[in-house]
Amino acid sequence: MAIVELKNVAKRYESQHKGSSSNNAVDNFNLVTRDGEFVVLVGPSGCGKSTTMRMIAGLERNTGGEILIGGKDVSQVPPKERDIAMVFQSYALYPHMSVAENMGFSLRLKKRPAEEIKQKIDEAAQTLGIEHLLDRKPRELSGGQRQRVALGRAIVRNPQVFLMDEPLSNLDAKLRVDMRAEIVKLHKRLNVTTFYVTHDQVEAMTMGERIVVMKDGEIQQIDTPINLYDFPANRFVAGFIGNPSMNFLRARHADGAVSGPGFAFTLDAAHTQAMASRRVVDVWVGVRPEHLRIGDAAGANRVEGTVDVVETLGAVTMVQLSVGEHVVTAQLPGHQTVRIGDTLTLTCDSDKLHLFDSESELAIGRESAAASSATAEA
Amino acid sequence: MKSQRFANTAMGVLAWVVALLIFFPILWLLLTAFKTEQQAFTVVPNFFFSPTLESFKTALAQGSGYWHYAWNSALTAVASTVIGLALAVPAAYAMAFYPNKRTDFLLVWMVSTKFIPAVGVLIPIYLVYSAVGLLDNALGLTLLFTAMNLPIIVWMVYSYFRDIPKDIVEAADIDGASIMQTLFKVVLPLALPGLASTGLLALILAWNESFWSITMTDHSAATLAVYIASFKSAEGLFWAKMSAASVLAIAPIIVLGWFTQRQMVRGLTFGAVK
Repeated sequence: MAIVELKNVAKRYESQHKGSSSNNAVDNFNLVTRDGEFVVLVGPSGCGKSTTMRMIAGLERNTGGEILIGGKDVSQVPPKERDIAMVFQSYALYPHMSVAENMGFSLRLKKRPAEEIKQKIDEAAQTLGIEHLLDRKPRELSGGQRQRVALGRAIVRNPQVFLMDEPLSNLDAKLRVDMRAEIVKLHKRLNVTTFYVTHDQVEAMTMGERIVVMKDGEIQQIDTPINLYDFPANRFVAGFIGNPSMNFLRARHADGAVSGPGFAFTLDAAHTQAMASRRVVDVWVGVRPEHLRIGDAAGANRVEGTVDVVETLGAVTMVQLSVGEHVVTAQLPGHQTVRIGDTLTLTCDSDKLHLFDSESELAIGRESAAASSATAEA
Repeated sequence: MKSQRFANTAMGVLAWVVALLIFFPILWLLLTAFKTEQQAFTVVPNFFFSPTLESFKTALAQGSGYWHYAWNSALTAVASTVIGLALAVPAAYAMAFYPNKRTDFLLVWMVSTKFIPAVGVLIPIYLVYSAVGLLDNALGLTLLFTAMNLPIIVWMVYSYFRDIPKDIVEAADIDGASIMQTLFKVVLPLALPGLASTGLLALILAWNESFWSITMTDHSAATLAVYIASFKSAEGLFWAKMSAASVLAIAPIIVLGWFTQRQMVRGLTFGAVK
C-alpha cells in the first residue's frame, strides 16, 4: 500500500522526421492518490492513459516531472524495483508455465521458501476461485480463467501498487460485467492503491473511486464519478461521461435565458449570475438525454423538433429529434406513443442544464469543490 | 468445376515433375554409389544392375580417412553452431525487445555481408590466417563457419523472438526478473522450437560448406567436403567411389533433419495472449 504522486509528469517522443515538431504523449500530469485508492484513467484511444500507466510501471521513462511511490521518486528506478504488479490487456501469461508456476514466478525469483510460495498461490487461487486450474497451462484456459490467473499473479506479489491496463477488454460483455464487480470486491479486500486504465466510461464510472479523464495527453478533469456526471469541467468531459451522451445545442444568451432555433431555456440563479459577468453571448447548452421529458409548447423550457428515430428498449424509449441544425436524443419512460415524423416538445429543469463557453468549451457557472481545487493545483 | 479439377490435376503433375527433377541427382548419386566403377562410367544410363558395396568399402577403408574427415565436419559444424547461437541470442534479444532507430539498418547490414561472394574476401582472410597460423586448423575453420552463418542465425533468432509478445517480456520485467532471468526462464523456453530449427540450419550449412573447407584446410582440419573432392585425383575420376563418399557425407545430416523435423515445426506460444 502506498500513496502515488505524479508531479508534472510528461512523456515526449522525439519525432522521427526532421522538421516536424516532437510529440507530447502526456503533458503536465498531476495527481496525488490516497493510500489504497482506486483511480481510473479513462479517455479515447491515444489520449495518453496507457502511456501514463506504463510510466508508473517503469516500462517507459517519463521525460519530465516526478513519479513518487510511497514518497520515493522512482523516475529512474527499473520496473522490478518499484514493487508494483501489472495486469495486461493481453494477460501476458507465461505460456510454458502452469497456472501455479505463473502465479509463483515473482516469488521464485525472490527466492522465497517453497512452502510460502505454495501457501500464497493457494490463497490467491482460493480468492479467485481457480484452485482447480493450478496444474493447467494457459492455453487450456478460457478467456475469463486467464484473466483470473493474471489477477492472481498480481495478487501473490502483495505489491504497493496495482496497475491494470484494460484488463477486461478481451472478455465478452457478460463476463466483463461480472469481473468488473469482482475486481472492485478484490480491491475492497486487499485495499491496495490501484490504477485502472480503460476507454469504457461505464467501467470507469462503476469502478473508480476517482476518475482521471484524459484527452490528447492532458488531464481534462479529476473527480469522483458523480461529480464528473454532475459538474463536468468542459464540453469534452460532459460528452464523454454519461450514456447516452449529453446533447449540445449552440445558443445565444439574453436576459437570463438561452435560446436557438427550436429551443429556449431560462437559466437558474447560478447560471444567470455567471452569465451576467460575461460579454460573449454565444454558448453551448448541454442537456443529458435522461433529463429531458415530454413538455408543452407554452412552457418556459422547451425543445421542439421532428422525431427521426424511436428505439423501444422496454424500460425506456430513446427518441431522436431534429431540432434546427442539431440532433437531440431523449431518454423517455417506456411505452411511448410517439411515432417517426411527429412533432414533439420536450422540457428540462433549469438546474439540470450545463453551459459551456463556445470558444474554450469550459463549463460556465457550475463547478464541484474538488474540481476547482484540482484546477488550482494544475 | 471440371476445368477446376483438370487444373488441379495439371498442377499436381507439374509438382511431381519438378520434385523428380530436383530429386533426380540425389537418386542418381545413390544409384551410382552401389555400382562398380565400370558401370558408373557407361554413357547409356543404367538403372538396372546388381548392387555392390565395393565403393562403400573403399570409401570407408582404413586409409581413406573417412572418420577423420567426419570428425572434423562434426566438430566444426557443432562448434560453429554453438558459438553462433551464443553470439546471436543476445544480439537478437536486444534488437527484438529493445529496438532503436538503427535496428533495421543493422539487420540489413548484417545480411548484406552475405552479398559479397566468398572469393571476394578469400585473399585477405587467407593472408591473415596464414600469418596467425590458423590455416588447416579446426579452430580457424570454426571461426569462418561462425562468421559465415552468424547473419542468418541472428536474423532467424530475431524473427522468432519477435513472435513472442512484448507484454510477456514486460510482465517478467515487472515480476522482478533480471535480463538474464527473462532470457533463460521466459524467452528461450518460448523460442526453443525456433532455436532448434535455426541451430539445425546452421549445422547443415556448416556441414555442407565446401569453399572454405577446401581452400583453408589441407589434411589435419579437413572436412568431408575435402574428402569427397579427394576422389577427383590426378589418376582420374572415380564416379562410384565419389558417389559412395558423397552418400556417406550427406547421410548423417539428412538423418538428423528427418528426426528433428517434428520438434522444429511445433509452436509453443499459443495461449499466451488473447
